[in-house]
Amino acid sequence: MADLRTNFIGIKSPNPFWLASAPPTDKEYNVVRAFKAGWGGVVWKTLGEDPAIVNVNGPRYGAIHGKDRQLIGLNNIELITDRPLEVNLQEIKQVKRDWPDRALVVSLMVPCEEQNWINILKRVEDTGADGVELNFGCPHGMSERGMGSAVGQVPEYIEMVTRWVKQHSRMPCIVKLTPNITDVRKPAQAAKAGGADAVSLINTINSIMGVDLDIMSPSPSVDGKGAHGGYCGPAVKPIALNMVAEIARDPVTHGLPISGIGGVTNWRDAAEFMALGAGSVQVCTAAMTYGFKVVEDMIEGLSDWMDSKGHTSVDQFIGSAVPNVSDWQYLNLNYIAKAKIDQDLCIQCGRCHIACEDTSHQAITNMVDGARRFEVIDEECVGCNLCVSVCPVEDCITMEPMAAGSIDPRTKKVVDKDYANWTTHPNNPMAVKDAAE
Amino acid sequence: MTQSKAGPDIAPGRLHEDAYSENFSDLHPLLEPHEAQVEADRCYFCYDAPCMQACPTSIDIPQFIRQISTGNPDGSAKTIFEQNILGGMCARVCPTETLCEQVCVREVAEGKPVKIGQLQRHATDHYMAGHDATPFDRAAATGKKIAVVGAGPAGLSCAHRLAVHGHDVTLFDARDKAGGLNEFGIASYKSVDNFAQREVDFVLSIGGIELKTGMRLGDNLDLAELRATHDAVFLSVGLGGVNALNKEHESQNGVLSAVDYISDIRQAEDLARLPVGRHIVVIGGGMTAIDIAVQKKLLGADDVTIVYRRGQERMNASRYEQELAQTSGVKILTNVQPHRLVVDNGHISSIELERTSTDKDGALKGTGEYLTLAADMVFKAVGQTLVQEDLDASITIEKGRIVVSADRRTNLDDVWAGGDCALGGEDLTVTAVEDGKIAAESIHTALSEQAHATTESRERVHG
Repeated sequence: MADLRTNFIGIKSPNPFWLASAPPTDKEYNVVRAFKAGWGGVVWKTLGEDPAIVNVNGPRYGAIHGKDRQLIGLNNIELITDRPLEVNLQEIKQVKRDWPDRALVVSLMVPCEEQNWINILKRVEDTGADGVELNFGCPHGMSERGMGSAVGQVPEYIEMVTRWVKQHSRMPCIVKLTPNITDVRKPAQAAKAGGADAVSLINTINSIMGVDLDIMSPSPSVDGKGAHGGYCGPAVKPIALNMVAEIARDPVTHGLPISGIGGVTNWRDAAEFMALGAGSVQVCTAAMTYGFKVVEDMIEGLSDWMDSKGHTSVDQFIGSAVPNVSDWQYLNLNYIAKAKIDQDLCIQCGRCHIACEDTSHQAITNMVDGARRFEVIDEECVGCNLCVSVCPVEDCITMEPMAAGSIDPRTKKVVDKDYANWTTHPNNPMAVKDAAE
Repeated sequence: MTQSKAGPDIAPGRLHEDAYSENFSDLHPLLEPHEAQVEADRCYFCYDAPCMQACPTSIDIPQFIRQISTGNPDGSAKTIFEQNILGGMCARVCPTETLCEQVCVREVAEGKPVKIGQLQRHATDHYMAGHDATPFDRAAATGKKIAVVGAGPAGLSCAHRLAVHGHDVTLFDARDKAGGLNEFGIASYKSVDNFAQREVDFVLSIGGIELKTGMRLGDNLDLAELRATHDAVFLSVGLGGVNALNKEHESQNGVLSAVDYISDIRQAEDLARLPVGRHIVVIGGGMTAIDIAVQKKLLGADDVTIVYRRGQERMNASRYEQELAQTSGVKILTNVQPHRLVVDNGHISSIELERTSTDKDGALKGTGEYLTLAADMVFKAVGQTLVQEDLDASITIEKGRIVVSADRRTNLDDVWAGGDCALGGEDLTVTAVEDGKIAAESIHTALSEQAHATTESRERVHG
């Protein structure tokens, strides 16, 4: 079994699976259950100043369901912890004492005044917690009070507060970023400039889950009104992966440790975040959907996968996919692929045909010699992958690269063995003519 | 109960009183809304869907299933009713395993088709529970009068479509209520809660259809007269006769028509009053044989045996129906044919069967080996026949059925025919519905052309 032990900015945990700062980490009771279930660490639900905030007493969550009510997206309008600060601090202290091998990071959110941060940092330090995470992410409620994503959307504020934290505390500091911005590299750069030891992302995405058409209110509805909340769960994973990758490959932030968050539901999701540079992952929705037991599959699945790839420790693959994250302009335009339909696997639903016929390139038949049959017309196929995406049968349609030297039936041109991209393409008015080798 | 050696044991009330409602409850209970949702989500929304091609009434199946999955069951029902106004009954009785569900791509892929029949029932039941009338409006009145003879599935379908087009329909039926085989000929567990009559009411709600029961062709109804007094006639009289075994003692007590007894079960106010033998033999291999055999078992018979003269693969009853019989405890004995009915005191007591073999040309012959089955009741389910003498002698009949063209026209230019009485059908409710629909469209076209020609000639005269 591969070694899953993780050392993230000096914070050690038996595995890279942490529970994110969220309802599952609001109390000693929950956190102890999580540790018993095998979670490597937790980020304690965000602490604020007394008097404690209040939450709505109607619905706090809304969901998007897939088939058979499988939960694919969740949003929430819950705020930071609504329990007194001292109660949380006592419990944190106790839990860290009882579970010294687990990571225990404390999430914080107080107003943007230096003294407020000094005050709370001192009290957190006394608990023996492993580090702090600065919640610059929550998009609802707290942001209206100048905290959460209201800070995370202004790089200057991020840098300022991070600097205060590093200046007034010996604890490792993770800055949690909001995705509700246009370019996630800017806040990450600001965090680094302020001295952050790591960033974590993504926090939740601003969202309205739906509209109740009977009462004409956003859902979930609190007495006939709805407010935007934070969206998370499996549906946000692609957005999170991109943001993680952007930070991992940005020259300014490259190498800055990242704790990956956003729709991690199983070991494979976790491995993908880690391949894009995340040194640990944080999970919330999967646990809130299925309970803490989901960590068992994450641990075993990641370990089995690492064994199959010959990785003995997580460091061996963290960031391995980062060099392959590129920009469109550098993709190889001489790479030519054609869809291929495995007739033995084809169940003849015809979805590939109608998708291609109605919306793309008219490159898939529906009849051959008078019989229902779906075949790719290589003369028309641009290799777009839409048919693969809509086919209900796994591996029935594959994208087959054309061998160099063969003739592309669509363009009638020879497939070039050499790499060539847009930057040197003759159609590009900005092409760097001399750069082509 | 005393059992005398002299007489057969055909006592009624063999079951505990609660057992009747349980045994004769719905074969496939209605899908719960969530079940329907999950099942609907299994549909791939195929392009040019094979299920739709396989449906004799061409229902847009992917569309109606999608409407269920998007939370629009009423819209789903309308999609179904547009092609098949008896979609509710077809959802219950269609042999879907040999039609839409057989070609469902998920049947091909994994042996588990989308439950199209049950989804159709979900949608149509939902609609009928919430609405008193069909979702269609009638076109402006045309003043044309059409006689539809026989208010079974073909007749109801034809009458409804004609009414939608604005024609006035008189719908005749020989029985005291409409519905035909839906009402009198289908196993009870396929149509519970008086569904057949509720569906008749639903069809008639379109308006413009006058139902006249107790009117039998060849009795108090005459085809020539109907032709003289109507612009068109649609014959959907079904098959009124029953094939005979042509054996001695066939008229003795206990030798019964399966069709009649199935009708008795459907019409019974109290199932506990129906006579039930301990030992039952059913002769035949079609749906009627299955329907009577299973229901006799459900009524408490000790043993029920279907005897069929060829191999099981040749039975007309679908594989699913055969399995239903067998899992209900009915024995299917194949390659045997009736040899002799044995009677005792004027009542059947057993039946002698001869084993059969099929030669290389497919001809059936007895092997000379015999076996005897005890029988308190013998049911004949060896096919029904058209009562030809009720019809006009000038109508063309072949193979015992009325000859019709692709648009269900007979050789008489103002007479159409469909359902079981017409040649070329499959003796299914759903094909009868399609016959009625096609005939109605053809009648409508013919009468519209006629009206157009009349207007034109009048214009010519006055012009």
